[in-house]
Parts: sequence; C-alpha cells; structure tokens
Amino acid sequence: MDVVLSQLVAGISVGSILLLAAIGLALTFGQMGVINMAHGEFIMIGAYVAFVMQGLFGSGVSLLVAIPAAFLVGGIFGVVLEQILIRHMYHRPLDTLLATFGVGLILQQLARDLFGAPAVQVSNPPWLSGSVQILGTNVPLTRLFILLLVVAVVAGLAALMAYTSLGRRIRATVLNRNLAETSGISTRWTDRTTFFIGSGLAGVAGVTVTLIGATSPTMGTSYIVDAFLVVVAGGIGRIKGAVIAAFSLGILQAFIEYSTTASIAKFIVLIAVVAFLQLRPQGLVSVQTRSLA
Amino acid sequence: MSTTATQKKTGRLARISAAGTSPGVPSPRTAYLGIALIAMGLLVLAPALLTPFELRQMGRFVCYAMVAVGIGLAWGRGGMLTLGQGVFFGIGAYCMAMHMQLEDAALRGEETPQFMGTFGVDLPWFWEPFHSPLMTILLILLLPAALAFALGYSVFKRKVRGAYFAILNQAMVFAFVTLLVGQQATLNGSNGLSGFESFFGFAIHDPANRQMIYMIAAALLVIMMLVAYWMMRSRFGELLVATRDAEERVRFLGYDPAIIKTITFVTAAVMASVAGAMFVPLVGIISPAELGVVPSIAFVIGVAIGGRATLFGPVLGAIAVAWAESTLAENFPSGWTYFQGLLLILVIALLPGGIASVGRYLRWKHRGEAGKPTSEDPAPSDPATSDPESENSQKEAAS
Repeated sequence: MDVVLSQLVAGISVGSILLLAAIGLALTFGQMGVINMAHGEFIMIGAYVAFVMQGLFGSGVSLLVAIPAAFLVGGIFGVVLEQILIRHMYHRPLDTLLATFGVGLILQQLARDLFGAPAVQVSNPPWLSGSVQILGTNVPLTRLFILLLVVAVVAGLAALMAYTSLGRRIRATVLNRNLAETSGISTRWTDRTTFFIGSGLAGVAGVTVTLIGATSPTMGTSYIVDAFLVVVAGGIGRIKGAVIAAFSLGILQAFIEYSTTASIAKFIVLIAVVAFLQLRPQGLVSVQTRSLA
Repeated sequence: MSTTATQKKTGRLARISAAGTSPGVPSPRTAYLGIALIAMGLLVLAPALLTPFELRQMGRFVCYAMVAVGIGLAWGRGGMLTLGQGVFFGIGAYCMAMHMQLEDAALRGEETPQFMGTFGVDLPWFWEPFHSPLMTILLILLLPAALAFALGYSVFKRKVRGAYFAILNQAMVFAFVTLLVGQQATLNGSNGLSGFESFFGFAIHDPANRQMIYMIAAALLVIMMLVAYWMMRSRFGELLVATRDAEERVRFLGYDPAIIKTITFVTAAVMASVAGAMFVPLVGIISPAELGVVPSIAFVIGVAIGGRATLFGPVLGAIAVAWAESTLAENFPSGWTYFQGLLLILVIALLPGGIASVGRYLRWKHRGEAGKPTSEDPAPSDPATSDPESENSQKEAAS
C-alpha cells in the first residue's frame, strides 16, 4: 500500500511537470493547428531567465521575480516568432514544424554562445528546502511548489477561457475560425495573444524545471517530446484533455518505472499512447467536428 | 514539363488521372541519364579522385543519401513527415554492428564482445541470431519492415496523420534512444558499438576492402534511386501523390489510403535500415548520439533543401548538406548551427519545393505562367490533408 501511495505521489509530481510543459503547447496547437518545435527552447529560455534573475537578486526572492519575468520574455519571443514566421505558414502545419525546429536550433546555439555549453546551476531558494509528509511519503517542498503552481496556472487559464472576453474570442476561433471572423472577432489579434500566453507559459515551465533538473542549452528537446505526447493523447482544443492526459501519463510512467527501469517505462508509455490513439484517434477530449478526418 | 497545359486547364484532378505525368517525376530519359551520372560520379570518379579519408567521408554521405531517398518518397511524394528515421537507421546499424562484434569475438576465440567483458555478462538472448550472416541480413530488412508496418498500418488505419504522425514518429525515436542508452551491459549504452575488425570475413582496415565496402554502399544507393523512380512512375506512385493531395477523394474512389501509405512508409524504413547497416562498416561506430531526435530531423533537412518531391533533390540535398556540415562545422562550429537553422527556415518558408524548384521558378518568371512552382511540390497545401479543423470550418462556412 505504501508503494502504491508513494508511486502515486511521484506520478502526480511527474504529471504536474509534464502538464506545465504541455499546457502552452496545447493552447497554441489547439487554436492554430501549428506545431511549434521551438516551444522546448522557450522552456530553456525560461530556465535561463531564472539563472539570470538569480545573479541579479540572489537565490531567495529570485524565483518569485523570475516567474513573471520568464512569462514576459517567453511571451515576447513567441509573439515575435508568430509575427515573423508562423503567421505566413498557417496552411502548412508540417512545414511550420520544420521551420520552427530551425528556430530552435538557432536559439540553442545562442544559449550555448551566451551561457556556455555545460549546464548552469540554479540553486533552490532556502524556503523550498526540506520536505513534508503527505500520505506517509516524503514529498520535497519543490515538488509541492510545482504542483501548486500548476494548479494555479490551470485554474487561471480555465477562468480566462470561461469568463473573459479574450477567452470567448479564443474559443470561438478554435470552434470556427471563419464564423468568428465574420462575427467581428479579429482572429489575427486573437492568434497573437494566444501565442503570447502559450509561449509565456513555456517560460514559466522553464523556471520551475530549474528546481528539479539541470539548465542546459539542449534541455528543451527532452521536454518537448513528452509535452507533444501529452497534447496528442489529450486531444487538441481543450485544456481538460491535457490535464487528464498529463497526470495519467505521469502516474503510468511512475508505476512502470517502479517495476522496471526509466527507459523501459518511457517506451511502454509511448506504446500505450499509440494504442490509445487506436481507440480515440482524436485524443481524449476533442472539440466535436463534422470533418472527415 | 509537358504537363503544365493540362494542369492549367483542369487542375489537380487532371494531374492525378494523367498516368505517369505527376509533377516532379522526370521523363525516363532524364531520370536514367541522371541516375547514370550519379552512379558514374559515385562509383568511378569518387574512388579514383578522392583520398582514402575523403572516400570514407563520402561513404558516410552516401548512407545519409540512402535515408534521404526513403524520406523523399514518404514525405515528398506521400506527405508523411517521417521524423523518426533514426529508429530504422539504428535498427539496421545495430543489427550489423552486433554481427560484426560477434565475428570479431569469434576471431579472438571468445564468446562475447569485448565490452561485455567489463560487465561480466553472458551473451544476451537477442544477440544469438546475429551469429549467422544470412540471418543478420534478413533481420536488417525484416525488423524495420515489421515495425514500420505495425506502426504505420495501425496509425493510418485510424486516420491519424499529418502532425500527429510526425509527433508519434518523434516520440518513437526518443523512446528508442532512451531504450538503447539504458542497455549499458548488453549494448554498451551511450558509448555504442565500435572497434570493428572484419566485415563478413573481410578485414575492415585493408584499403582495398574499405573501397569495396564503399562501392557496395554506392551501388545500393543507385539501386534505391531506381526503385524510387519506378515507384514514382508507377500507378502506385500516382495513387501516392493523390493520397497526399486529397486523401478523402482517393478513399471515395475505392482505394485504401492506409495501405498505400503503409507500403511507402515500410519502403522508407527499409531504405533507412540498409543505410544504417552500411554506415557501421564505413564509419566504424554506431552510438545513440547518431540516432536521436535531432539527427532524425537532420536527415530531413537535406531532403527539404534539395527538393522533397523530386527524384534527385533528396539525394543531392543530403550529400550537399552533409558535405557542408563536415567542412563548415570543422572551422566554425557555432556558425554552422546558425547557418543550418537559418537555411532550414528560409527554404521551408520561402522555397518549399527546395533547390530543385528554383529552375522552374526562374522559367516561370521568364515565360509568364508555364511551370509555376507554387502548390506543386510543397506537401499538402490542400486543406483536406493539412488540417481537419480548417477543413471543417470551410465546410461549415459553405453550408
């Protein structure tokens, strides 16, 4: 029983990181159908923002400053990318994937030239050291902080989608772009704002992963693949799908990892996603459409 | 291009139905002449003119070109962005590497490859088949075919496509590399397999044998180009392009797009696997670093730059990019990455048909409209294949 509980807690922790990395992607992929391979590099940028903030403010308060700063920096990078490149390629999703991969290559090299190829150290703030007992297992405070942050982000995003006019515009554009346009919504403006929020959330994800992992120029690649799996399994266009998928995959991985190894767990999770797509090709939760696809 | 007149009149459907005239498929004369020239360059000129070191480099480029032929078929002709060719390349490479390791061990009179000695393990079960040369060759062909069939058919049957397919491929390559790195005691983990002595009984360090291995690889590349050309020209090739451009129409005409796409995907996988198998004796090492997510996309870059839907574009593009990388990256390691990224962005955004479409574009500028390069080579520009959402919204707007 202890094992089940501790693995469950570990799985929820893995899931919360997955969700944080994936939620911005779910937003942009869901709304515009474009795949932003540079999303992983936005996570990396967020992590380096945390590193720079640590140098400026010391490691006590820097985390709290870094989160909004990374949101802003990530968002600006996203808007610039959308404005210069992606908006010209909305009808070619596969090409967008490759072109944004090129952007990712450049950003990686930029980080390498600015901060050096080896991983840099972002130390955890003192108020997050230690752990608490939850259901009989030790949970590090950093993991708990990430979980709470994820809850806050998801709640905030859900509220934004449900109650604000921006949220209504985004939902309208996802459901039917032409009709939304005809009703007077500026889909261009909506796209740009969505991209800002989605990329900003990648920046926030970057800050939080410095609490548990290394910060290096190539860190984005390892997060992006998992994040994509979450989006594919969850279905596009709905935050709910991403939330369920992230925690399911996290818990699944934690349990398989317990009985085998981390690498085999990753492999089995992939097989599970492929098998799951057999049952529901559109993912867990999808917007009802009458399209043939 | 003799087809432009028909195209202008009746558009896409005419292009689908007019047999043997899909855009990007050269006439037999051009095709065979071009393949003969490439064969000449690789099999006669290169061994005569290049130093042994350069020939070794060339061998590596030839392997990348083999992968590129498959990607050209699957992505350029079929619209399936195969971001996971590293898996198939790796399967072929590791099959060959395991066989060569066992051969070396037998020459030394030992049971297990050298690296296993340090871990003190017995030969794992999955090494057993690779004692036999014949079995090794069979597995190099059959393993990737089986995997590609299983993944392709199950995914295409459920109409999972476009970006989803690309992402699944990428996840597959990620899982594969993680799996390899985890096999420290049985596959030497992230160090990979290296230090080979013999290739099917031939001493690998003998310059004559080295040249022979290169010749085999180059000949295989020429054969693959011929296969690709026959596939492109055949009725099957027509159906493949039709599936890329309007999958639903093909379905309504009574064909099964899933089978068409699966066959192409399997072909591309086998080509990548053979390339990997030749990579090992030519380069002398295979490690997970050659197979990851980034190398898998790097396979695609040459194809995109050369011209994805053409016969020669992928091969020439792959060789050119690999050559540029090996010369530029030596002198300006960071400059090369910027250049590579920028080149990828510019070609994909501005010249989706690759370098191969430049000629047609210039001719179009000259003459007015003949050979207009838009919407031909770029993979799905049709909403039916590119984006289910937008297709839906278009339909709703129409109704």
